[in-house]
Amino acid sequence: MIHIDNLHINIGNKEILKGVDLQLEKGKVHVLMGKNGSGKSTLTKAIVGHYDVDVTQGSIMYKGENIVDVSPEERALKGIFLSFQNPVEIDGVNNAYFLRTALNAKERYLEKKETNAADFLKLMRKHVQELGMSPDMIARSLNAGFSGGEKKRNEILQMEILEPDLILLDEIDSGLDIDALKAVAEGINRLKDSKRTFLIITHYRRILDYIAPDIVHVLQDGKIVKTGGFELVDLLESEGYDAIQKDL
Amino acid sequence: MAQKEVDKILSQEYQLGFTVDVEEDTVKAGLDVDVLSFISRKKEEPPWMLELRKKALHKWESMSEPHWPHLYYPPIDYQSISYFSAPKKAPNSLDEVDQSIIDAYNKLGIPLEEQKKLQGIAVDAVFDSVSVKTTFSKELKEKGIIFCSISEAMRDYPDLVKEYMFSVVPMSDNFFAALNSAVFTDGTFVYVPKGVRCPMELSTYFRINAKNTGQFERTLIIADEGSYVSYNEGCSAPQRDENQLHAAVVELIAKKDAEIKYSTIQNWYPGDDDGKGGIFNFVTKRGLCEGENSKISWTQVETGSALTWKYPSCILKGDNSIGEFYSVAVTSKAQQADTGTKMIHIGENTRSTIVSKGISAMRGQNSYRGLVKVSPKASGARNFSQCDSLLIGGECGAHTFPYLDSKNANAQVEHEATTSKISDEQLFYLRQRGMSEEDAVSMIVHGFCKEVFAQLPMEFAVEAKELLNLTLEGSVG
Repeated sequence: MIHIDNLHINIGNKEILKGVDLQLEKGKVHVLMGKNGSGKSTLTKAIVGHYDVDVTQGSIMYKGENIVDVSPEERALKGIFLSFQNPVEIDGVNNAYFLRTALNAKERYLEKKETNAADFLKLMRKHVQELGMSPDMIARSLNAGFSGGEKKRNEILQMEILEPDLILLDEIDSGLDIDALKAVAEGINRLKDSKRTFLIITHYRRILDYIAPDIVHVLQDGKIVKTGGFELVDLLESEGYDAIQKDL
Repeated sequence: MAQKEVDKILSQEYQLGFTVDVEEDTVKAGLDVDVLSFISRKKEEPPWMLELRKKALHKWESMSEPHWPHLYYPPIDYQSISYFSAPKKAPNSLDEVDQSIIDAYNKLGIPLEEQKKLQGIAVDAVFDSVSVKTTFSKELKEKGIIFCSISEAMRDYPDLVKEYMFSVVPMSDNFFAALNSAVFTDGTFVYVPKGVRCPMELSTYFRINAKNTGQFERTLIIADEGSYVSYNEGCSAPQRDENQLHAAVVELIAKKDAEIKYSTIQNWYPGDDDGKGGIFNFVTKRGLCEGENSKISWTQVETGSALTWKYPSCILKGDNSIGEFYSVAVTSKAQQADTGTKMIHIGENTRSTIVSKGISAMRGQNSYRGLVKVSPKASGARNFSQCDSLLIGGECGAHTFPYLDSKNANAQVEHEATTSKISDEQLFYLRQRGMSEEDAVSMIVHGFCKEVFAQLPMEFAVEAKELLNLTLEGSVG
């Protein structure tokens, strides 16, 4: 799905990623862990083409194409989705209108028939209910005045409706209560299939117990220093990042 | 812009507009009694009107241009302007029209035939609008509604004109109103009789009618007891005018239980990226809620002109009367706008609502200026004002000048103001969901203006949205 090779990223004048090599496989759920400031969010920003990141070296091959110079919207239309750590609030923009515009943009890009307003509303209601969201989220302004949990559920709602191929979840579990965590994890599990790839960034094991990831990577000081299975999560949980450090 | 250039632009009108015309259509530049006589004669006005014009000129001569607005422009030489322009020669085909205008028409989705009409090109085909207009006129007549030009009204309904003209905006109200009172050449007159609900949106345009009405327009609308009328002014299509100075006056009178809804889309030529050549728009609009329970609602979408100076106001004289002002003002390029409203509460339990949305992009400067005045008699008066500014980019500016003068302890006045900037994070969020940068800006801006657009008649609202997209095109990235 995605093949990152020797990726160096600057933000401002500071080098944050110092040669990341990472392969995310089709149909797999990957986890990315690492200390605060190790460059996890920067890596997702690089994949979606955020303004802040400056690729100084290396490549990001997505479905066989180097996307380093592709615009953010085109990357999105090609199937890359980022659930933001802190989703922005946009006052006055109706949540349903926003999401239908996004869905229609993708449908146009894929030369598919555009979902009309009535069908869209049905679809949205179904997902809103499944996620245990309040029905008034449909008509409220995008993320405006949403609680932390509501914002995260709203990200999952968008993910479910847009059906992306590569899904990056940046701390989707932070600040969630038990019920919200479960609803979010179920949403993720509903989308898991043999063609879709996930990259879950988290500090905690909790969400991973629900999702059962396939591969775990550890990022440290701008590089992937360890890749393994679930046992890595156990190790980090019991001994912290020092355990990896010793190992190196 | 240097003074020399302004003079050149202003005097161009004189040279270009008149040398080709027959002699009796020419008038010298400048303003004096002879010019007023000339205009009055051309408009075939009754003699009393000429006397009023002379009076207005006399007052104007003793007044000076206001300099309190937050607007910067070189001095205007009023004596170098010509105050009666004969219709300009229309182009023979769209090929002769500036390509940028054609592009704008296409983006706004204006049909080809209508594009020709807008440019004043003669067309052979029979238009729907012609027959529609005839049907409309008949229906209006049956209900006793008068809808005609102000010149016609002076001849056919002199008593109404004499009674109401200058009754809301006195000729000496302000410098520009006095100028307009002396030299106005066109405009609209509407009278809706007692108890009649006007069955359709009244528009100045039917687009085709828009030509040559811009410079010194004068509009008078009277809604008699228990009547209702909704009037739409302007047009989303870009309008060019060789006359740089515009000074319009609009007077509205709502009697007991009557309601007037006045909607405007203003898209006069804003000038080039430096504001050069754009229209200077100085407008006085005021409504009088004369009777009990009357209501006047102003909705405006201002996207054009190099300078805008405009404060549609309501005098809430009747008890329980209601005044509303909903505004979207956009300044892009080098445009400057100083706009807002005045709500004067005189009657008891009068209510007013102000919702102002200012958008500044590129080097645009947007000022909201609003006055809420509550007289000692206006017990129970209530006002709510909301002024929001949105900035796009780093070179533009937004300013808010709210004035509050309450002389009644019983009145409730609320003011809320916000200034926000479209952030990179907001744009990125939308782009990450597959929208282009321009679509993302447009979505955020429309969200920002939603409350105002909701007040516009539907067709007008659609046009306004398209227009906004067009105005802000190229303002990011």
